[in-house]
Amino acid sequence: MSAAPALAPPARANTGWQGLSVGLAIALLATFALLPVGALLVLSLFDAEGRFVALANFAAYLGTPALAESAWRSLRLAALSASICTAIAFVYAYALTLSCLRWKPFFRGVALLPLLAPSLLMAISLVYLFGNQGLLKGWFGIGSIYGETGIVIGSVLWTLPHALLILSTALATTDGRLYEAAQTLGAGRWRIFFTVTLPAARYGLVMALTVVFVLVVTDFGVPKVVGGQASVLATDLYKQVVGQQNFRMGAVVGVLLLLPAVLSFWVERSVGRRQSAALTVRATPYEPQPHAATDAALLLFCSAVAGVLLTVIGVAVFASVATYWPYDLTPTLKNYDFDQTDGGGWGTYGNSLWMASCTAVLGCAVAFTLAWLVDKPRRHGAARQLLHGMATLPLAVPGLALGLGYILFFNRPGNPLNGMYATMSILVVCTVVHFLAVAHLSLLTALRQLDREYELVAESLGVPAWRTAWRVHLPVCLPALLEVAGYFFVNAMTTVSAVVFLYAPHTQLASVAVLNMDDAGDVAPAAAMAVLIFATAAAARLAFAGAGRLVLARTQRWRRR
Amino acid sequence: MPVAAVERLQPAGLNAGAAASTAQPFLRIEAVEKRFGAATVLDGVSLDIQDHEFVCLLGPSGCGKTTLLRILCGIETASGGRIVRRGQDITALPPAARRFGVVFQSYALFPNLNALQNVAYGLRGTTAAQAGERSRQMLDLVGLAAHGQKYPAQLSGGQQQRVALARALAPQPQLLLLDEPLSALDAQVRQVLRGEIRRLQQQLRVPTVMVTHDQDEALAIADRVVLMHSGRIVQDAGPLALYARPANAFVARFVGRMNLWAAVPAGPGLLRVGQALLAHAGARPAGPAGPLLLGIRPEAVHVRPLLAADFALARDEGAGLAPGNRVAAVVRGIVFCGAHVVLSLDAPTLGLPIEVVLPTPPGEQLAWAAGDRVVAELPADALIVLADDDIARHAVAAV
Repeated sequence: MSAAPALAPPARANTGWQGLSVGLAIALLATFALLPVGALLVLSLFDAEGRFVALANFAAYLGTPALAESAWRSLRLAALSASICTAIAFVYAYALTLSCLRWKPFFRGVALLPLLAPSLLMAISLVYLFGNQGLLKGWFGIGSIYGETGIVIGSVLWTLPHALLILSTALATTDGRLYEAAQTLGAGRWRIFFTVTLPAARYGLVMALTVVFVLVVTDFGVPKVVGGQASVLATDLYKQVVGQQNFRMGAVVGVLLLLPAVLSFWVERSVGRRQSAALTVRATPYEPQPHAATDAALLLFCSAVAGVLLTVIGVAVFASVATYWPYDLTPTLKNYDFDQTDGGGWGTYGNSLWMASCTAVLGCAVAFTLAWLVDKPRRHGAARQLLHGMATLPLAVPGLALGLGYILFFNRPGNPLNGMYATMSILVVCTVVHFLAVAHLSLLTALRQLDREYELVAESLGVPAWRTAWRVHLPVCLPALLEVAGYFFVNAMTTVSAVVFLYAPHTQLASVAVLNMDDAGDVAPAAAMAVLIFATAAAARLAFAGAGRLVLARTQRWRRR
Repeated sequence: MPVAAVERLQPAGLNAGAAASTAQPFLRIEAVEKRFGAATVLDGVSLDIQDHEFVCLLGPSGCGKTTLLRILCGIETASGGRIVRRGQDITALPPAARRFGVVFQSYALFPNLNALQNVAYGLRGTTAAQAGERSRQMLDLVGLAAHGQKYPAQLSGGQQQRVALARALAPQPQLLLLDEPLSALDAQVRQVLRGEIRRLQQQLRVPTVMVTHDQDEALAIADRVVLMHSGRIVQDAGPLALYARPANAFVARFVGRMNLWAAVPAGPGLLRVGQALLAHAGARPAGPAGPLLLGIRPEAVHVRPLLAADFALARDEGAGLAPGNRVAAVVRGIVFCGAHVVLSLDAPTLGLPIEVVLPTPPGEQLAWAAGDRVVAELPADALIVLADDDIARHAVAAV
């Protein structure tokens, strides 16, 4: 430090710890995100004798006809699901944002329900409806639900809210003045749709297609339950690792799963940039005008979609309390007596609650610290850029690949963190990393609401940056932080993909129990557990929303004018 | 000052917009009301718009002027009243059927269409070639012939607004509606575009309604200014008449600056302000006798140094007189504003300060300095008597 501390500008003297923190954060992310994925890559490029074989493993994989077929099927079904899902979500989002649809909050709420359930729930419900003992088996003209049809329907159902959120944001941020200008220039409804609505939603459509495509390619809950004989990349990975203990081939599939996700990451970045450029005009919200025919048609459409969603979820709930679906529908709670079923037990539910709570707390702390370190310090620009890249990287890593990478990395005997293996802590850390990117981005957005000049003011007043973080940044971000906590909690409750490789008998989770019970043929208890997860996630969401409201009322009075 | 001077030279002048022709107006707005829940935004507004006329709706934010414009173009529906175009009721007509051109403050150009395509957007029922030709003509008319292939994001704010103007005019609208078209632009571009809008309007002879909160803009561009406040029309007059004969203290304060002093009647043509007795030429407001305000524009006050010969003035003031509407005063402050200088005077007999605007003298010396003793003359024909009503007090609070 300076020999004449009185003359040294305080800003320079105090930023050392910030650089240190940024470095520490980079090291942590490298350990828990980069290296596991690296281990996956490395394994896929070496043979059993430890020789570098470049892409030979990939060639071997794709040379196996059955395996190549499942890769091709994955792409085909994901593309089909993404198209159908985006089309439905677009009309639905249009109804929610640009029409005078009645009961909008209800329709919005129903369409977001699948976010609260594991994708398994949708699949199990499809089995109950259209499976071998299905309630509506005879109604289903196309053939068996098991296989590609089931995968597509189940995937569309659980990815719908993801596409809907993207598309309603895209449609809602269109400048209302454009609609008014088009009206005064004599354009009709269809012309306005094609010249204003569709161009404005273009990037949203690309995003929704990509996101759903990746979600479907990397999801294995739905194909596991209703896939039947139709194997896909995700189920192959599971079979290679859990069934055959062939980690090398698992790693190859994991790397293949990374590719579409990397593609989506790239699309998100390039599209996101152009989207913000298109929105520079001062936008005013559009107030939709009633139009009887359109509104009625949209009401019909939304009712049909919401009806299907409610039916599918309702059937799972109903079947979980039925004595013997579909022959004896007497209500019973015996399916909830998990301790009588193999592969489950109430203990798994307790594990899930504990894991989800830890994930919410740790996730919030990590995501806020990362967002703060990326946005607020003024120096160490390159390091902060690197940190941001690392924090958003998990967006491109599918859960299965991350989970497999965790086994490969943490289960190495030489790894000093080997002790974490088969404990709750590895599940928590892996889940935090799995869902970190979205949390990081939303907290970054919240932090960026604050003008840079606040920090300059604080600095000129001689207040250390950590105090500004504690007194200003944290309170401002509190609503966003609650949102992020809810996001972590719900996803930790419902996720299957990453943790399915990492649990030990005493740390088994409820979502994994659903999978195992379904696998063992105990479909009713599996449904019961899925419903329990769904109810817990819904209760948690409500609790977080209530807390958010309370916080807004108590501490966010400055937001009002 | 020049504006007021011209007004005095042409008392019955060409600007008296209220002197409407007896022929059927192009557009008649009859007692239009708009309520949002309990809030009344428009409270029975009636207004005629003549052929070829340029009307400005002027008022502070929240006065209802934009809502009225939106009702005119059909984007908003009125809660009551009628809009009649040449005898035909168009109140329920959708915007597309009205054939009115609209220019928005935010330009609202379609970001995915280039300038030419934007201008051609409203041209229906013509061949593509005709539409292209017409769009090129319109772009040429607003001086953007060379920019037809550019997208809105590649144009400056002023250029975007010209494209928006061309787009609104291309389908040959029967009425042009401008919603604060200049307020998003910087001062210089504003001045230029203001002149161009006026030139275009006169060239095409299209009746035009422009909403603005900028009184300079309204006075400079309009044939007639409709001043609104709290959902009502406060005054509807030509720009010069509005400036010279404000209907009440709100108008007086909103349009230009004005000295306003509480006054008490003291005989025919005489008012007492403080201890000074001032003669005024104008009529007093009709209606029940309430508190009065005496007003004078700052540029109408004459100022000269206090001379020895004014000794008599001091003596007369002691007797509560102001012979020749002259009062002794002291310069308290002086603010240099470029083209003019603002003096604030303390006049002990008035008990109130006087604001005076003078043209800046040539050279680097201002004619006055703080502490100078002066004589301020308040010409009787420049004094305006207004009622000191609620609306005036409300307006003061808002300012």
